[in-house]
Amino acid sequence: MTLTIDQVEVGTALPELRYDVTATTVVLGALASRDWRPMHHDYKFATERNGTQDIFLNTPNLAAWFERFITDWTGPRGRIGRMTFRMRDSVYPDDRMDFTGAVTAVTTDDAGCAWADIDIALTVGDRLCCTCTARVAIPTDNSDNPWARKGQNWTP
Amino acid sequence: MTAPPAEIVALVGQNQYPKTATFPVELSYSYNTLSATENGNPLYWDEQVAHDITDGMTVPPSTMSLWMRPHRWEPGATEEQVALQVHFDLKEKLGLPEAIMSDNTLILHEPVRPGDIISHHQVLRSVSDEKTTKLGTGRFWVIDIEYLNQDDELVGIESYTGFGYKRPDDGSSS
Repeated sequence: MTLTIDQVEVGTALPELRYDVTATTVVLGALASRDWRPMHHDYKFATERNGTQDIFLNTPNLAAWFERFITDWTGPRGRIGRMTFRMRDSVYPDDRMDFTGAVTAVTTDDAGCAWADIDIALTVGDRLCCTCTARVAIPTDNSDNPWARKGQNWTP
Repeated sequence: MTAPPAEIVALVGQNQYPKTATFPVELSYSYNTLSATENGNPLYWDEQVAHDITDGMTVPPSTMSLWMRPHRWEPGATEEQVALQVHFDLKEKLGLPEAIMSDNTLILHEPVRPGDIISHHQVLRSVSDEKTTKLGTGRFWVIDIEYLNQDDELVGIESYTGFGYKRPDDGSSS
């Protein structure tokens, strides 16, 4: 099914995503993003040098998790234009990540591209680990394809 | 005095470390990110879907930075190769041994495709006065990275906010 902008309004909730993090999740995510810094794979370095409780998810991998959360909702025609996230606390092995999000604005730009602004929270239990705002282009109808937009017709 | 040193202020707005990747964008490597996040978006797994929507295979936009991340070691290297060199320069020049990233922004333009050769440069946007947080005393800084493909098309802009600091038990900060 293709999500189209007529199905989206302010307050629309994205399907929740839950995921149990393991050490493998952290290490795989770091190496997948070619991030070789030791706090993402070396427990001793993370705890003794950085002073954190364990190794923790790295920044590019968090971006990839937010991307997955958004496009799980939009489907393949949804195209992320902008994403900003603030890391308030770290995500460690044995944490259960909970992603929740809702639409805060629906707009159409001068080029006719339809946008949904989204606020997302990544929590672990009572800990708010990350907040994210994203702007994602969503087809206006089944014939529209945001991925076809370039140059002046793509203003993320 | 808590304002940043003049030599650091002079770097604000300068294009630094222009570099072109030494390897092309690889579809196979992009699957590591999809696997790590269990992302089943058919745009990246189904060639027909990719053909219909993006006129061929692309890689996930959130992988934009990884194509410019250096090998940890390569022949001739005398020290560890790091991404975001401006960040590590600031740590050294400001005498701040620890650092974290607090904010990350991705602004995404032209899709990245297997075989693309990405280039980038880094721009220091700001350095704060000295601040004390629960981690220690140090400074916040903002670094932008602009990514282009081999046709000089803008692929995207990434912005990092970092906080370099000394832990309280490392003694007083400079």
